Amino acid sequence: MSFVQNFPFFTILMCLLAGVICSILPKKGARIVNTALIIVTCIMSFVTLMFTIKTGECYVYMMGHFPAPWGNEIRIGVLEAIMATFFCFIMLLSMLGGRKKLDEEVEDTKHNLYYILVNLLLSSLLALVYTNDLFTAYVFVEINTIAAAGLIMIRQIGRTIEAAVRYMIMSLLGSGLLLMGICMLYDLTGHLLMSNIKDSIAVLANDPSYHMPLMVTITIMSVGLCIKSALFPFHAWLPDAYGYSTVSSAAILSSLVSKGYIFLLIKIIYRVIGFEVYKNSHIMNVLFVFGLCGMIFGSVSAIRENDIRRMIAFSSVAQIGYIYMGIGMGTEMGMIAAIFHIFTHAATKSLLFIAGIGITDVSGFNRKFIELTGAGYRNKIAGIGFTVGSLSMVGVPLFSGFISKLLFAQGAVQLTGKMMPTLVCLAISTILNAIYFMKTVIRIYTPVPDSKYESIGAMSMKLYTVTMIGFVVLNIYLGVNSTPIVDLIKQGLSMFS
Amino acid sequence: MSKKKPDFEYERTGAYKFFKWLSGEEDPYVGKVEMKPQRVKKTSKETIQDRMAEKRMRRDKVYEVEDNRIVKGFNKLYYLVAIIFLVVLFITLVDTVSFLPPVGQADKAVNNEVPARYIENGLQETGSVNIVTGMILDYRAFDTLGESNVLFVATITVLILLQASKGKRGAVDYSMYFEPLDDAILRASATILVPVIAIFGIYVVLNGHLSPGGGFSGGAIIGSALILYQNAYGFKKAKKLFNEKTYKTISAVALATYCCCKMYSFFTGANHLESHIPLGVAGHILSSGLILILNICVGMVVSCTMYAFYVMFRKGDF
Repeated sequence: MSFVQNFPFFTILMCLLAGVICSILPKKGARIVNTALIIVTCIMSFVTLMFTIKTGECYVYMMGHFPAPWGNEIRIGVLEAIMATFFCFIMLLSMLGGRKKLDEEVEDTKHNLYYILVNLLLSSLLALVYTNDLFTAYVFVEINTIAAAGLIMIRQIGRTIEAAVRYMIMSLLGSGLLLMGICMLYDLTGHLLMSNIKDSIAVLANDPSYHMPLMVTITIMSVGLCIKSALFPFHAWLPDAYGYSTVSSAAILSSLVSKGYIFLLIKIIYRVIGFEVYKNSHIMNVLFVFGLCGMIFGSVSAIRENDIRRMIAFSSVAQIGYIYMGIGMGTEMGMIAAIFHIFTHAATKSLLFIAGIGITDVSGFNRKFIELTGAGYRNKIAGIGFTVGSLSMVGVPLFSGFISKLLFAQGAVQLTGKMMPTLVCLAISTILNAIYFMKTVIRIYTPVPDSKYESIGAMSMKLYTVTMIGFVVLNIYLGVNSTPIVDLIKQGLSMFS
Repeated sequence: MSKKKPDFEYERTGAYKFFKWLSGEEDPYVGKVEMKPQRVKKTSKETIQDRMAEKRMRRDKVYEVEDNRIVKGFNKLYYLVAIIFLVVLFITLVDTVSFLPPVGQADKAVNNEVPARYIENGLQETGSVNIVTGMILDYRAFDTLGESNVLFVATITVLILLQASKGKRGAVDYSMYFEPLDDAILRASATILVPVIAIFGIYVVLNGHLSPGGGFSGGAIIGSALILYQNAYGFKKAKKLFNEKTYKTISAVALATYCCCKMYSFFTGANHLESHIPLGVAGHILSSGLILILNICVGMVVSCTMYAFYVMFRKGDF
């Protein structure tokens, strides 16, 4: 066994340990530990990715002295490794980009608590990505939920506390449903290990007396994870939670936390229930329909919004809708598109949130559109970032959003029944996206002759500029050089089953 | 006949006090036991009225609840649909349960090779007489590590929400509102009970691998002893025993130890190295390898968490 294979386990345990250590460190020490941790985790995940690509096969890693059905284990393949690397990278950029705002908005004594939460959140995300055991997944879903609620309310104003309470209620409902599903699966199959459950379910699915409990189990697990990742009818908690929390939290929540749950759902579809059984249960069609509804209604809500942060938040609902539409297509191509859109949305939405904060800061901290006029000239780097993010979300070639829309369309034309609704909704949603994003871009580049707000240069905020450049480069890289990533996703999905 | 004592000497004897109490002239509790209730933070009547008025205004003028037939109809429809949905959900779930294999059936899917190995080989492989402890702290230790971190992250979140920031509340010292009553009976009984409860909790933690119990339950017992002590003696005294620094140090040290122990054991396990930790003689207090250390760590984290929750909800500061 080569030493590199230990890295995923190191990353998870290191994040837990760093979270614990941060609790006794002062603000500055906690920040250094946090940044160093994310960088090291990112490098380790990347090395793991290289290792899995080189060997071309996945491996299981035993957590302890006992083999799998008795002890715990994690499983590392290409898809898991690329997901982990990407999550770490986005988290690094989000933390760096929101650092200045964090200093302004959070009380001085509570900074190290914030870094504890971020460390534990990262560890739970990594564990969710790597786990091969349903109960381990549930335990880390719990950490993820509580840490996310903490991230929302670290900025203590009335709206965030209300949003955190809402998030907590909805998210715990989702966790409860997931736990119920896991209990039923355990009762039916007698296992918690993913591969063993899959083997038993393949037998049980042919037995008509198990049809009903299996259906209910699949349904409640899917619905639970849909609630947690804010699919359309369950998105009521989202705009406040993303719109008022401090900007790093908003970026992390929208681009990582909800994606972690979606990845868990994909994992459950492939590795627990089995793709064919899941497809035959018709839950996929429900996800498909709700995904389509989300694409339209999320965008409509975003158009009606007069607050830039809430507008970006509502745009998340639409993008989550895209991902569920891809899952709901029920083909490999649709799944690849959905996973690529996870990357796209994570890279773009955190860019938009962090660019949005740059724009509102040079408009006297106002979030109403009328005050934003000409903000692109006052803070040039944020203006460029916002424009790139908007173009990517609308789906202009050269940016990552274009590739995911192309993949969705390619997936759709292979289908018979779902082709027309997919293509029509894609078209409508693209137009709606263009309406609200281009409206904002035009607004921030409309010159005002004598602005009452001061402008700010790129040199006076070096960290922010570096973050913005990182995000823009990532977006363009995903848009221009997408073929190797799509190939990796394909390879990872074939390892999955 | 005994000699009559002088008055000032007689007034100090128990008999004098007893007859005084009997005749109702003196109450021994007055002045010794604090009878006055806790001071309640008062809100002036006007602000309550204002708040009500604003709420009423919002209801009447903005939403026009009284006259708006669409809102009324929607509310009724909402309740109706919600009730129907819940009834359908209830029936479906109950129906599903009837399809699940019955409890106690011998050939149930749950009774497979996994629990068989736990029961048959648990003692030899983990060295723990209590199989449940062996299972959660050795076989499936990764889950338990996550579970103790759930407690940790929950405390951190409560700290964020409730911890009062220093100097922000102005000149008024509100801590008086939150001080418990100065009660002699509670104090006397706490003096007897706290050590007993604490020692019992420590016993449960240390015997986690031998008898029912373990870190989680023992830690909860120790936490309740701390809470009782705080209630009896007030914040000033409890602070000497347990303050924010103690809390942070204990939980950080315990969790860090836990992480490091498990890192070692996972690393050796996965790489098929020998772990070098002796399992000891089953049944002895110093046995079962790392389980004893882990139990102590979990116990410390749980007790600190219990007490921190209590203090945060009560006052917002240690």
